[in-house]
Parts: sequence; structure tokens; C-alpha cells
Amino acid sequence: MDSALLGSGLPTCSVNISINGENRSLDIPPWVTLLDLLRGPLELTGTKKGCDHGQCGACTVLINGERVNSCLKLAVSLDGAEVTTIEGLGTPDNLHPMQKAFVEHDAFQCGYCTPGQICSAVGLVKEGRARSRADIRELMSGNLCRCGAYSNIADAIEEVLGAEGAQPYKEAAE
Amino acid sequence: MRRFDYTRAETVHDAVVALAANPDAQLLAGGTNLIDLMKYDVARPGAIIDINRLPLKDIEELPDGGLRIGALVSNSALAYDERVKERFPLLSSAILAGASPQLRNAATTGGNLLQRTRCYYFYDPSTPCNKREPGTGCSAIGGVNRIHAILGASDKCIAVHPSDMCVALAALGATVEVEGPDGNRDIDFADFHRLPGEHPERDNMLQAGEMVIALRIARNHFNRNYTYLKLRDRLSYAFALASVAAAMEVAEGQIVDLRIALGGVAHKPWRDALAEAEFAGREANEATFMQIADRLLSGAEGQGHNDFKIPLAEKAIIRALKQAAAGRPQDQVVKAIQ
Amino acid sequence: MLNESKVVGLPLARIDGPLKVSGKARYAAEHFATDMLFGRVLPATIATGRITDIDVSEAERFPGVVKVYTYKNRPTVAKRESKWKDEVALPGYTMRPLEDDHVQFDGQPIAFVVAENFEAARDAAELIRVRYAAYDPHTDLLQEQANSYEPPVPRMKEFMPPKPRGDAEGAFAQAPHKIAFEYYMEGEHHNPMELFGSTVLWEKDGRLTIHDKTQGPQNSHDYVCNVFGLKPENVVVQNKFVGGAFGQGLRPKYQLFLAVMASLDLRRSVKAEMSRREMFYLTWRPVCLQKVSLAADAEGNLQSIMHHALGGTSRYEDYQENVANWSGMAYKCDNVKISYEIAKLDRSTPGDMRAPGAASGVTALETAMDELAYEVGIDPLELRIRNFIHVDQNQDKELTSKALHACYREAAESFGWANRSHEPRSMKDGNELVGWGMATGFWEAQLSEAEAKVSLSSDGKVVVSAAASDIGTGTYTILNQVAAEAFGVSPQAVTVRIGDSSLPKTSVEGGSWTAASSGSAVQVAARAVVATLLKHAQSMPNSPLADASEDQVEIAEGRLVLQANHQVGVAFADIMEAAGVSEVEEHGKVAPDPATMKKFSAYTHSAVFVEVKVDEELLIPRVTRVVTAVAAGRILNPKTARSQILGGVVMGVGMALHEEGMVDHRTGRVMNHNLAEYHVPAHADIEDLEVIFVKEDDDKVSPIGVKGLGEIGIVGVAAAVSNAIFHATGKRIRHFPMTIDKLLAEPDRH
Repeated sequence: MDSALLGSGLPTCSVNISINGENRSLDIPPWVTLLDLLRGPLELTGTKKGCDHGQCGACTVLINGERVNSCLKLAVSLDGAEVTTIEGLGTPDNLHPMQKAFVEHDAFQCGYCTPGQICSAVGLVKEGRARSRADIRELMSGNLCRCGAYSNIADAIEEVLGAEGAQPYKEAAE
Repeated sequence: MRRFDYTRAETVHDAVVALAANPDAQLLAGGTNLIDLMKYDVARPGAIIDINRLPLKDIEELPDGGLRIGALVSNSALAYDERVKERFPLLSSAILAGASPQLRNAATTGGNLLQRTRCYYFYDPSTPCNKREPGTGCSAIGGVNRIHAILGASDKCIAVHPSDMCVALAALGATVEVEGPDGNRDIDFADFHRLPGEHPERDNMLQAGEMVIALRIARNHFNRNYTYLKLRDRLSYAFALASVAAAMEVAEGQIVDLRIALGGVAHKPWRDALAEAEFAGREANEATFMQIADRLLSGAEGQGHNDFKIPLAEKAIIRALKQAAAGRPQDQVVKAIQ
Repeated sequence: MLNESKVVGLPLARIDGPLKVSGKARYAAEHFATDMLFGRVLPATIATGRITDIDVSEAERFPGVVKVYTYKNRPTVAKRESKWKDEVALPGYTMRPLEDDHVQFDGQPIAFVVAENFEAARDAAELIRVRYAAYDPHTDLLQEQANSYEPPVPRMKEFMPPKPRGDAEGAFAQAPHKIAFEYYMEGEHHNPMELFGSTVLWEKDGRLTIHDKTQGPQNSHDYVCNVFGLKPENVVVQNKFVGGAFGQGLRPKYQLFLAVMASLDLRRSVKAEMSRREMFYLTWRPVCLQKVSLAADAEGNLQSIMHHALGGTSRYEDYQENVANWSGMAYKCDNVKISYEIAKLDRSTPGDMRAPGAASGVTALETAMDELAYEVGIDPLELRIRNFIHVDQNQDKELTSKALHACYREAAESFGWANRSHEPRSMKDGNELVGWGMATGFWEAQLSEAEAKVSLSSDGKVVVSAAASDIGTGTYTILNQVAAEAFGVSPQAVTVRIGDSSLPKTSVEGGSWTAASSGSAVQVAARAVVATLLKHAQSMPNSPLADASEDQVEIAEGRLVLQANHQVGVAFADIMEAAGVSEVEEHGKVAPDPATMKKFSAYTHSAVFVEVKVDEELLIPRVTRVVTAVAAGRILNPKTARSQILGGVVMGVGMALHEEGMVDHRTGRVMNHNLAEYHVPAHADIEDLEVIFVKEDDDKVSPIGVKGLGEIGIVGVAAAVSNAIFHATGKRIRHFPMTIDKLLAEPDRH
């Protein structure tokens, strides 16, 4: 089902991309970004388009475990890559701890920047460099939130860092 | 976005040959600037050569204790590399002052050198711009030019280079390794980027078909008295209005060796090696720092909206030199200026 | 009033939260159909002039392109202006996309490319060649103020300045302390994170289901039906999830028109989404020039207030907002003169943006109050307290409530205001000057007409329906809470259906009135359900409730019972069974009460305290602490309520320090039309924020005692930041945003 997703008669390239653990063989024209591939043919609309230019972070996904703006990646350049989107982190009935923390701390309002914030936050936890609230603020600054949920987002991330045992958040959680 | 052919290069040689063969081709690495510009219809390559699989992702030791950084090392990998943090913390700090974690994860060392200006008019194909379309004129002169150059501009272009990383590399005196169809050559970092002059369409000294393959930074003693001070409108995720990469060796209160480069003020990272040499042996104090600022900004000229950059850069230079002399580098997380 | 609080007032997590955090909430441009087409707009690149030639041939030939629309081939649509007037339209001539060869603002849509895939539409649009005859643009308000005028057709009579009272000029002349300054606010852009988009799902029978980014699905619905001459029953507009709007989504946007136009013309489903650049072209907070003169006696009692405001508008519509009237109601003063004018610019029509008018006007007033405090030589908070007023002098009415004293007291205490030293440049922390500033905030507490439908089924499930919207405000959650409480059921038993034009009539989601209005309508409907249940119960043989009246009963634990004695009652499942129904459904409707409105004015109030730190040499300002206390009547959900205030504060910080559309007046073009150069606050800009809701009982403002929270959070913030910067640095910046260049240029005034 994955072939010729974007109309016939166009020059396409064949790539294999693992998306949320599922291997997809895709024929894609080269000018399609990962973001538009996800939001269009793959109907994975959890990844959001806020600016399309790497200026807002709403499109953040994890590529090979690292957080990246999917709007600035050509899908064809990702042959062999592993992509995790918000849909791959958890479902409404089985939320990822970061998703749960966002709900509990009201770390969003309109919800549009939220999947990008969460993917970015998951990337941040994995990087293991956030030691303070100031670190969280700086290292989350690539994700704009126009509803202004920043302080609640920082609260949610602090809670997850604490639960993960990251120093010095372990104490806070205990 | 214009239609283009897409190919993946498997070797540096293949990439260079393909690039040389097609003047309409561009290399794709992290894509954080090129894809952005293609979507704005500013960059219109007819062919994209994807170089992401080339073996240029390593940071290697040099015999002198310096480092050789592959062109495809990501900005994050470079900034957080333990050797870089220990030997060239100025570089690490400058990288972390720029962009966002997501962009730094994708952006590469080579790509950072080649990023284009953030001039509003360059980014807007509906306006004349000599950098985008030679001969059409410079809209920023007399226009909205709050973010534009105060040094080294020409009547053809007043754009500034947007990189933070490159300001540190200029101060550290890196060497750029390029490969072209006729082989390899080295370019001093100071000579890599150019001033706009009559040809603002050319940002740097790369010849047709050449690509950056690595950077070399020789071992130095600038890992104690250094700072990267970046001033911007928003406290993160914003381009510099002015930035200063400063490093020095200090002995008994005197400057032994000085390095200082400015960002956000010129078409290239602004460094004046002659001036630096003149200040060797001088007291590392505020009076000297004021003279250094005077000297560096002696030719500064505002364009109207950006006149404030002259006093801002002056204060920033003095402050950065104080930070460096005191061994108190600017923290890129804590927003109070040290 | 509602029963004793059980669910209402609890900090319930958003019920739409799990969908939003898992990426399952679908926004306007996230719906699909087989055979879907994609549309992309080409915006004009001049501010005023005519299109002399538009060549679409290359775009039409582009692989995948189906059709390119321009003014030359636009299908026939309504001609009469009345058909184009939406629910919140303005006096003037409504912008009609692809109308003719005239260009009236930079970014005006001049072509619409429809293609088989997104990329083809996006990329073909770049191939359209346009030639213009451009006229000289007039986009600088400072230049155009010579041509300003009082709006001949008021948008709302409440926006018109009140009649002068007393002798403001005379009192000003005689007063011992006076200040008079001009304040200038640059234009701002809403920039909700979601791009404006519409998905039009076309069905063979001619019906359209439209997913639109809007603050009012019925507004979009009626607009589409009127403009395209469609039968109302054949069109449904949904906005189940809205990715922020802040006022930009009140009026239908051009992508809605264009997507419907193409869908009807091509008989296919069409999706259209704006680019971020286009988000800067329609609806913005207008540039605003204000002159405020204040005078006081030796003790700081206000003797005179004069406030003149000038706002920008477009050539084709008269956008109006209440900028200056706040100065006549904020403080006790018997000599007041307020005026308001607008001036035409060659730009798109401005529109409401979070606390429209107040955000600009109160910033000027509250900065001026700080200036007056220093002129008189008293504490800025003390000056406000001395001039406290318990009535609305503008309208000569009583207030429904005003717990502003409590706001001042509680916020000041939490902030530590008592430890402030009065003199500018008197507080330091390391290299940084520390400044503490404060301001008062005001917003109208409004009730709009709203209806709701509520059903209770025999198994205890409740369904609430209304054409209300949740633009991040928490509407889903608070309507749930109101219904859950009315029936004594858990929130899990309640389903809230909103964001659909076919549901009971509701005004656009704006003005902070949704919670009060739709919440009240739900309560009224719930009471009607109870009344019907009682009627059914009383038809039962030997009914224990035979003699009870409506106001004596309530629902508790699945039974309709006497309030006074819960032992007496009947299970509502039994009542329904006896009546032969499986559910009871009723409508509720609320509207402002004319008798109350005649006698009372209603406002929300706030006190904002801000700490800034400014590097002494480099003058980079940063906001390190904000404490906001709000008096907004009853708080339905402290968690979502707090978030609304936080959001207002963050946007206020942006207004104070960062946000401005930079126009090249040679071309009339906004040059920083992207999120890299138009700076909204980032994580790093926002440190400690505290929100306090003070107790305020108000039984007149709305049936459920709610005043609304969407706007009040931003009002006063920019002034408090400006006052804090003055306190820190001795520099008074009267030009917003207060960017580093202005701080560097400004001499110390102290």
C-alpha cells in the first residue's frame, strides 16, 4: 500500500523508513518533507505544521532517537532511519509518562504545539543534560507555545525527570 | 520549491565530481538552511546531492592536540564532545548559544559555515536583493535594517552572517579543508567568508565544485580565559544583534595573546588580527578593553535602524573581554550576563 | 445558583487532554477524503495598486495542478454586501477574495492554485507571474494621523468615547502635579501555532462538511451559505479542535472562502492551509498612538484625565476597538475627556487580538499612572488605591462586583511589594538592576446570547451540546463540570459535544464570554431537565414528590430528591421508565438581562506585579517574576483558569519586550513575517509566574457567577513591565515593544 503515495507519473525515490516501529517502503518524490509525508499520505497528523521553516518546533519528531524539526528533512534523505512521532509514544488509553505529565500539569491549552513539545521533552530527557529548571527552559526553547504554557511544561518535564531518577530531580520526586 | 533531481553521493569524490559537473546543483547535509531557503523560493537548485552518507562524521585527534572535525559532525555532537568542551570551550559555548536543540541535532559543521544571511529582503523574493539576484539593488539600505551590518558593508549589500559557531571559529583561527575537482586545499578561517563588496552573491571563497570536508583547530591556550557573549531580542532561539567571541592568554595581569571576533555586525565574522597583536603586552583592564572596542569599531557605520548596534557592540566587547580576563565565561543557560 | 460545589471549582484535568497529548485531536487541516485536492494562495506583493497582468500558464501546466483561480475566472458569488457580512463584520466593505484587479494590502490573495497534492499546489504558486501598477503606499500611522477621523459608523456604541465630564482641561491646568505623554504601540500579530486551514469534504448530493479553523462554527457556516447561496441544512462546519486563535479566528478567513469555492466548482473535496507568512496578512492588533494627560492634587487624588487614542485601519473597513474608555472608568475622577480616532492605512484590516483595545489602552493609562506616581512622589500602588472607585463613572452605573482591593492586597503581599524602594536604580542583584513595577488590569465581563442542549439518559449518562468552541480555553472541561454538578454525576458520565454548527446556537468564542454564557446555558438546560423529570415524577402514582416545586428538588446519586431531605425522592431511571422515555433532553438559553444591564456595569479586574532584571551596562531586560491576582467572579476550574491567565501574561511579556510587525513603509510590506524574526516569547523568556484568584461573589454578572478569563491576563502586563524597567533603570520607554535599541537610546530620566 505504501508505494506511489503521492500521485503517479512523478519521479520518485524508493526509501525504507521505520515509522513508530513499523517498516514502511515508500516511493516518494524528492521534494516531499518528512513533515508533509507524515501529515499527508501517512495521515499521522499528530506531528504539527506551525511554520514549515524550523522556527517553531511544532513538527518535532525523534529521528534515530534525536529530536529534529521534521519540516526541514526531505523524506528521501531518511532511507533506513527510525522515526518516532507522537503517535508512537503512547495512545489516549496508554499514555507515555511525558504525555501523562503534560495532562496533569495542564502543560498546553490549544494543544497544537503539544506533540512537538512532548517529542522534544522526550528527546531532552534522553539527552540527560538538563540539571535545573533553567536548563529545561533553555533546552526547550526550540518549541514555541503561543498559549503560553511554558511554566506548566517545565513543571511536567521536571516531574518526569524526577521519576526517571535524573539528578537532581530524583530528590524532588522522592 | 522548484523541482530538482535527487542523488545520494557515496564518496566525497563522487560528490565533488557531481557538484562540479552541474552548476545548478547544491549539496544537502542537515538541510536546516537549504530546505528552508528552497521553501521560500530563495534557493532554487536544479539538483540536490545528498552527502549525508559520506564518512565525514568523526572528530579526530591531531598530533598537536588539536582536533579535526568532519564536515558532517552535527552541531550538537560538536558542542557536547568532551574534547571540544575541554580544549575549545569557546566553540562549544558559541554553538549552544545558537538555534535550538532540534536544529543543532540536524545542522552540520560544514552547513553552519555555509548558512546564508537572515536579511529580511534576501528571504523575500518579491523584493530586490543583490545577494539573491545580483544587480537588482539592496532593499535593506533605507529599509528595515535593524539587524544589519555596521562593519564592512558595501553599497551593494548590508547583510550579516548569522552564525554563532563561526564567530568562535574565527576567534580560534580554524582552518577549513575543502575538496574540489582538482584536489584538496586549506583555507584560513579568516579568509573563508568574504565581505560583500561588489559581489554580495558570494558569501565565501569556495570555488565551483568545492565542498567543505573538515575543520582543523590547532591546540591553543584559550580554554580558560574565554567567553561567547550573545545579545539578542529574545533570550533564546534568536539570531544575534551582536555577539562577541573573546579569548586571551593572560599572565600577571597582562594580555599575552588576544583573540576577538564579532558576530551579527558584518557580512562575515569580524576579526582584526593586526589589532589583536597590537594589544599584546597591555594590561588586561577596562581601559585597554575600551581601546580594543574603539579599535574594532573604528569603521562602524549605522544604517538607521541599526545605529544602536554600535554602542551595543562597544559595550558587548568590553564586557566580553572582562568576562574572558576574569575566566568567567558567559553561561548560555543562566540569562544574567556575567 | 448551583448546588453546593462538588465538581465545579475542582482543578479537573482537561477532558480533551489525552487526545491532544497523543496527537489524536484532529485540527482543521487534518481531515481526509479520497480524491482530495489541495489549495495554495499566492499573496500580492504590493500594498496598493492594480494587477496589470497575471500569467498563470506555467502554473497551470505544472504536473498535478487542476486549476488556477484569479479574479479573471472566479466563479460567481454573492454580490450584495449584506451577504458578506459575518457575525463580527466591521463597518465598510468586506474583503472579497479574487474580486477584481485591485490590490488594497500587501499579502492580499490574488491567485489560488488547486492541485492533486500539497507540493504541486505549493510549488506551482511560485510560477505565477504578476505585473502590477503600484501606487505609493501609506502605511505609517505617524504620517497618516493628519488624516485621522472619528468612525462615522460605530462598530459598537460601547466603543464610542463617553461624553466628557467636568472640565478636564481646566482641572489639568490648575493641578499641582501633572504629566502628559505620548505612547506608541507597534502592530502585533496573533500567530496562533495552528495555521489557518479549512478542509471541505464534498459529497455527491451537494452537502459540504467543512473543518475550519474558526472561533465560531456558525459564523463560518452562515458566511459560506450566504456567500455561495447554499442551503443552511446542506452545510456543516466543525471546529472540534482549534490550535489557538486569540481573536484572529473570529471572522472567516480567505482560505475558507477559497476552499469552498474550489470544492463547489470542481465538485471535489479541497483542503487549504495558509503559510506562516500569510498569517501576518489578515487580522492584527493595530498600531496605536495615544496621548494621556493626568493631573493630581498634592495627595495624589486625580483631578483630570485626558486620553486620546488613534488606531490604524484599512482602506476598506473601519476597525474599531475600545482603547481609551478604560481611562474614564478605572479611577475616581470628575474631570475626564476621552477621544478616539482611526486613520486609514494601505494595510489589511486589523482585528481583535486578546483584550482588543484594553491591551493597548490600559498599557498607556497604567504607564501614565506610574509616571504620575513619581511626579507626585508616592508609591505607585498607593496612587491606585487612593483613586479607587466603586462605580462606573463612564456609564453612571453601579458595578456588579469589584474585588480589586483584594487583588492589590494579595498580589502585593505575595510579591513582597512592601520591600520595594521607591527610587529608580535603587535595587541591584549582581550586575543587574532590579525593577519592580505594577499595573491594574480591566476587562469587560460580558454575557453573550447562548443556547445549549442537555440530555440525561436513564443510565445516568449526560450529553451536553452547543455550537461553542474550545480554542484552548477549556470549554470542553468546564461545560462538563457544570453538567456533572447539575446532575450529581461524575465527569466521566458527561459527554460534551461542541465545535459543530449544527448544534444549539452560540456566539463566536471571544470576549471572554464563553464560560459565563455557555456555562449558564448548560445550567439552564440542566434545570429544565430536572423540571421535566419532576413533571414526570409527579405523574407517577403516589409520587413522594407530588407537592414539590422545581426549586425544591435536585438530583443526587441517581435520584430526584427534595433538597431539604434526600431521603424523599425517586430514582430517575424509574421516573423515565414510568414516563416511557429513555432520556430527557431540554434546551437552555441565556441572554443579557436588560434590567440588570441598565443598572449595572460588569468588569473583571486584576493587579499585575512584575520584576525585571536589566544588565546595568548592556541594558538587556528580562522578566524574572510576575504575580497576577485576578477578580473574575466564580472560578469553574482553577487549573484551566490559571492557564488562561498564564497565557495572557506570556503574551503580555511579548507585547512589552518583543512583538512588532516591522513594516517597510516604502512598500507597505511587513518584513519580519515569520516566527524567526517576529519574536513571540520562548521558554527561556518566561521564568516564575504566579496566579492568584481572589474571592469574588457576583450574582448579577451571569447566572453562574462567572466573569471570564480569556483577556484579563494580558491587560496591564506590558505597563507593569514598562514600570519595572523604569524602576530598574530610570529610563521611561513609551514606545512598545521596549527593545534594546530603545533602551540604549533613552537617557536616564531620573
